Amino acid sequence: MAKAEVLRLDAITKRFGELTANDAVSFFLHEGEVVALLGENGAGKTTLMNILFGQYTADSGSVEVFGQTLPPGNSRAALEAGVGMVHQHFILADNMSVQENITLGVRPLFSPSLGRAAARARIVALSERFHLAVSPDARVGSLSVGERQRVEILKALYRDVRILILDEPTAVLTPQETDDLFATLRHAIANGLSVIFISHKLHEVMAIADRVVVLRHGRLVGGVSTADTDPRALSAMMMGTQAAPPVIAPGTAGDALFELRDVSTTNVGSAPGLKSVSLALRAGQIVGLAGVSGNGQAALADLVGGMRSPATGHLALNGDRVAKWTPRRAVQGGIARIPEDRHKTGTVADFDLTENAILERYKGAPFSRNGWLNWRESRAFADDIIAKYDVRCPGVDTRIRLLSGGNIQKLILGRVLEADPQVILANQPVRGLDIGAVNYVHSQLLEARDRGAAVLLISEDLDEIIKLSDVIHVIAGGRLSPAFGRGKKTPAELGIWMAGQGYESQVDHAT
Amino acid sequence: MRLEPVPNPTIVRRVLPLVLALGTTVVIASLLAAVAGANPFSVLGLIIKGAIGSKFALLETLNRATPLIFTGLAAAVAFRAKFWNIGAEAQLYAGALMTALLGTGLLPLPSLALLPVLALATILAGAVILLVPALLKTRFGVDEVVTTLLFNFIFLLFISMLLEGPLKDPMGMGWPKSARVIPEARLPRMVEGLRLHWGFGLAILSAGAVWVIQTRSTLGYEMRAVGLNREAAAFAGIPVNTVLVKTALLSGGLAALAGFSEVAGLKGSLTLDLSPGFGYTGIIVAMLALLNPIGVIVAALFVAGVFVGADSMSRASDVPTYLADIMLATALLLVVLAILLTRFRVVRD
Repeated sequence: MAKAEVLRLDAITKRFGELTANDAVSFFLHEGEVVALLGENGAGKTTLMNILFGQYTADSGSVEVFGQTLPPGNSRAALEAGVGMVHQHFILADNMSVQENITLGVRPLFSPSLGRAAARARIVALSERFHLAVSPDARVGSLSVGERQRVEILKALYRDVRILILDEPTAVLTPQETDDLFATLRHAIANGLSVIFISHKLHEVMAIADRVVVLRHGRLVGGVSTADTDPRALSAMMMGTQAAPPVIAPGTAGDALFELRDVSTTNVGSAPGLKSVSLALRAGQIVGLAGVSGNGQAALADLVGGMRSPATGHLALNGDRVAKWTPRRAVQGGIARIPEDRHKTGTVADFDLTENAILERYKGAPFSRNGWLNWRESRAFADDIIAKYDVRCPGVDTRIRLLSGGNIQKLILGRVLEADPQVILANQPVRGLDIGAVNYVHSQLLEARDRGAAVLLISEDLDEIIKLSDVIHVIAGGRLSPAFGRGKKTPAELGIWMAGQGYESQVDHAT
Repeated sequence: MRLEPVPNPTIVRRVLPLVLALGTTVVIASLLAAVAGANPFSVLGLIIKGAIGSKFALLETLNRATPLIFTGLAAAVAFRAKFWNIGAEAQLYAGALMTALLGTGLLPLPSLALLPVLALATILAGAVILLVPALLKTRFGVDEVVTTLLFNFIFLLFISMLLEGPLKDPMGMGWPKSARVIPEARLPRMVEGLRLHWGFGLAILSAGAVWVIQTRSTLGYEMRAVGLNREAAAFAGIPVNTVLVKTALLSGGLAALAGFSEVAGLKGSLTLDLSPGFGYTGIIVAMLALLNPIGVIVAALFVAGVFVGADSMSRASDVPTYLADIMLATALLLVVLAILLTRFRVVRD
């Protein structure tokens, strides 16, 4: 049966200079339907949604919601027409209650009656109707990630949205929390909402969507009903011809090059510190650290990278206990550090490529002597990295700010790998990169492993961890699971550990 | 309308907004002069004539620019590392005090030995003065804007106490001023017969030295990295707090040299009116120069010229010298806007 069409994007084209982010993309959505927008990073999904919301103005094409054409470039129009979006990174005030967050911006700031009771009743009614269990009085800062997402969805529902857009909603969830989210979405469509589900995870798309629309390099490459397709076909559509993933041979583990011996740390902001963690990084092995973000990954990364010292327990480099542990000692000790945030911690945006290339090693030969820099040597080093690691840029004196994320990451890779490190800390090394850059980074990590480096891979993407790691540990609440060998655990089994279960018995066992 | 970054600004894009900013400043100053009832063209002419119109005027401008180069460099060095030293005034007086203490006969040395000793002692004094706020910041996170700013007032009162008490010149006929420094402690003139002392030469040399440090040395590299992105600097292993303390020492030393140069070069003794706010004006100089040490020389000459020219203009017409302050404030605001326009273009949606 044909249901009413609620949204239509017609032949949207958007160019950014040379890059065509959206090339005549058309897209429609029916009432009560879940449509998945599938595509690799950089395929143009976010651009398309930003055009829908008036953040960008399309070069050509039009947007219609419930039969009304939206004025281009007006960011309120879509909201007022009943379209709501839950972003990947939540937009919530941590220090306010759930109710305050939901009503924020809806009612006038100064009105004689705040209407709290009515608002509260409405929130309670909505959360019951859509099975979104969350207390209106809880402070958002104290909620888990899954609960915060529920607040974001409630926020949209409170504004009477008829079309709900979820941008990579499962990226921060455990598999179990994902199931809860899907249950909520089913209630939503039963209540007449329509949903756009943006993702690059095939099995989730198959589980929740009625129909899949695939974008590749800004073009619409297909739209199929999930009943008529399978993950393999979708993957082929998404990746194009370059679909065949490389077969990864397991590494052969050697000596422990870096160890944490019964280490505990203090908390990092709201994230927990490590609790009695022992971990060995061995030559020729990739250790993958799975877990929902904010469960102790930051503390562990800081420890390996030299940004932090253990509160109790100690670290060992090549079997020797390290005394004073600083970033410089870590670099000198042969640890290559690929930080989580390549823009904020990895590079200085207003430094040029040369200045960024020597950031960790400017002190001493060959880049300086007696406190005076050797720019000739430094520039040669940067040139070398550009050539070897295929950094696309106008030259060594280009400011890093002007490079794409992938090229910045290649520069960081070159910077740390050229030092011939024995330990590599790769923290979210491919987040936000396009597929080509992802493959490049992965192949570099594998090559380094095969040369005998010990790699610690921290990622929120379970698929990435499972694909690359020789050994997987899961971290939850600052506690580390036992080591699981390659292929020993299914994603669902790892998900149980990610949700924080299984650790108690282990602790009992240890004590 | 919104701003869109310009990746690689052309030379026209870099220079034109600055020229427009200064041009607009002149127009606004002219309007104000007209409001004050004077002919704008003659007022501007008088300012220019008063600043560079004669040998005497030019030398006066160079002399006035000298302390501004030092305090401008002090601000430029510190601000580059995002260490907000607002206390150049106190550091200037610390340098002047050191010169007055050691230069009034305590060290009976020949000129060639005494002057370097005085300069070094001065730098040390300014550095020590700024060390306390720097350590308070790195150890306890105390905001250096507050500490350095407030310390200006404390230190000026301290100087006042000294000049009314132990340092008071017995021959000074009751004025709160120190004894005059001995002839060996006076900075000689750069050219015989011209009223321009070697303090100016030292200022130019200092600007060159700061430029070399910033562009060639690891310390300069560290300072810039810390200023641009403290988090990335710390991650890369740059000892951020040590760099901030070193920056403070350099900045304080440079500001103190202004005091040395004023006492040993120009005034000959320490007085309470030694500085008409050179420490604060140095901030304007540094900002106008976009924190570039060579630019500091140009900006200091411009600011000094406006002040000297306005003084002279005010004597010759009925327009008050406040016009100089307004011109500088206008120039500063417009230059900040101009900098924005060199890096961004305005796009109409």
